[in-house]
Amino acid sequence: MKDIKETVMKYVFLLCACASILAVVLICLFLFANGVPAIGKIGIFDFLLGEKWKPGNDIYGILPFILGSIYVTAGAIVIGVPVGILTAIFMARFCPPKLYRFMKPAVDLLAGIPSVVYGFFGLVVLVPFVRDFFGRTLGFGGSGASMFTASVMLGIMILPTIISVGESSIRAVPNSYYEGALALGATHERSVFFTVVPAAKSGIMAGIILGVGRAIGETMAVIMIAGNQPRMPKGLFKGVRTLTSNIVIEMGYATDLHRDALIATAVVLFVFILLINLLFSLVKRRGTNG
Amino acid sequence: MDEAIQPINVQSAKQKIKSYSHNPGSLILAGLVGLAALLTVLTLVFIVGYILIKGIPNLTPELFQLEYNSENVSMFPAIINTICMTVLSLLIAGPLGILAAVYLVEYAKKGNKLVSLVRVTAETLTGIPSIVYGLFGMLFFVTTLHWGYSMLAGAFTLAIMVLPVIMRTTEEALLSVPDTFREASFGLGAGRLRTIFVVILPSAVPGIFSGVILSIGRIVGETAALMYTAGTVAELPKSVMSSTRTLSVHMYSLASEGLYVDQAYATAVVLLLIVLIINWISGRIARKIKKG
Repeated sequence: MKDIKETVMKYVFLLCACASILAVVLICLFLFANGVPAIGKIGIFDFLLGEKWKPGNDIYGILPFILGSIYVTAGAIVIGVPVGILTAIFMARFCPPKLYRFMKPAVDLLAGIPSVVYGFFGLVVLVPFVRDFFGRTLGFGGSGASMFTASVMLGIMILPTIISVGESSIRAVPNSYYEGALALGATHERSVFFTVVPAAKSGIMAGIILGVGRAIGETMAVIMIAGNQPRMPKGLFKGVRTLTSNIVIEMGYATDLHRDALIATAVVLFVFILLINLLFSLVKRRGTNG
Repeated sequence: MDEAIQPINVQSAKQKIKSYSHNPGSLILAGLVGLAALLTVLTLVFIVGYILIKGIPNLTPELFQLEYNSENVSMFPAIINTICMTVLSLLIAGPLGILAAVYLVEYAKKGNKLVSLVRVTAETLTGIPSIVYGLFGMLFFVTTLHWGYSMLAGAFTLAIMVLPVIMRTTEEALLSVPDTFREASFGLGAGRLRTIFVVILPSAVPGIFSGVILSIGRIVGETAALMYTAGTVAELPKSVMSSTRTLSVHMYSLASEGLYVDQAYATAVVLLLIVLIINWISGRIARKIKKG
């Protein structure tokens, strides 16, 4: 009797462990089953490389959104990565313990703020600022809801990811590296920047890749501040639409091929994320192998 | 981890100045690092401060009335919805994630193919953007299973989203239970099940709890995955099959309609407070785990 219970429960545990496999299989199945036929109907090159998105005329080219996602993410990297890495170095090697007790919760809070709150902040603070300062005073024009605004916001949003992953990988470097450099007469800064940080390179890289994943997948914050014009990106201070925002904006009223084209957009996004995940695990594995 | 590194090269201010004057590059690096940290903190203080200062005056009692209508866009129904959604998602993801972690730690043998497959899929799930979850939820729960826009569809979608979080934290908690506990329990004649439920799981509770808290944070902040699964009806739910909007979705609707900016500020304050409380609790738990 007792043995039966043990065996049954073992399979219950096993079944639960398979839940995540089942979830991934179902997600792939449903996305691909709905999206891939649409790509076939539109034509893979027309879909991926088409420069026009006009659902009314059955023209579905998502190149503008692919470029939009890439540009905005690149902008986020330019803004977020230097600040993030330097902050990570500060927290791991420069921060006095008393300040650390304040810094750590601050970074955690930055990670915990919901994206819709970030988006709202961007909408009421960043967009008017970009419109007035960059648009009018510096003469770049534009309504403020632009690629630049979205890049700044995403740069802030990926900070906590880069900081916490970077910090823990810098801390994982054996202290003997640091001590050795000091013993050779290097200053504290030189020891940290030229022996400790290079040794933590792959961990820092993994953090950046995670941040990129977050930036590409971010939806609500981008929708509220990027302008969302469905055309080829025209400039840093002009509006742009990303893959994610395209789905949310049009899904509400899309039907037939239009709807399937949106799901196909999600398939493209999904493939992007899978590639990033693959890159992440490759970098991480190289890191653990030394 | 909590303490910053112990400096082994303690220098007086005088020595420092002398060292920096010989090495201006080091001074620049130190300055850059400090500047970046300052920038990070200032950004956070600015965002949180701005929203609190603009939002708190807008937290009127009318916003906490039971009924939502176009004259009074009360957020109270959304708060109730958020709580229901959180509980429902955790009821689904909690047992699944915890039991899955038990299998991975207590049953699976080293080098098991299934275990590595579970790990890979869990990592994949962590990386998937919420809008993709939303679309999947719409295609599977809403359309294929004919649940319509409903709280249940939203909860299942969110449950899949937080499953890897709960699984990973529980796994870590179980791994940190010393093997002597297991040996002692087996030595006293307890079976495997009894050992798991009476000895191991209870001592892993703080770790599991921290995973649950993290999940609550994600559920409360989620918008994109819910818009096309749970819908956007801003009223009190009648059952798990009725369409509902959580606080985040409520806030997005208010902000994007552009008519209720003041109320959006107030909602942002409530969301921020929830996040603050969640972070505070998880910080306490982390400290407790560290002390043992």
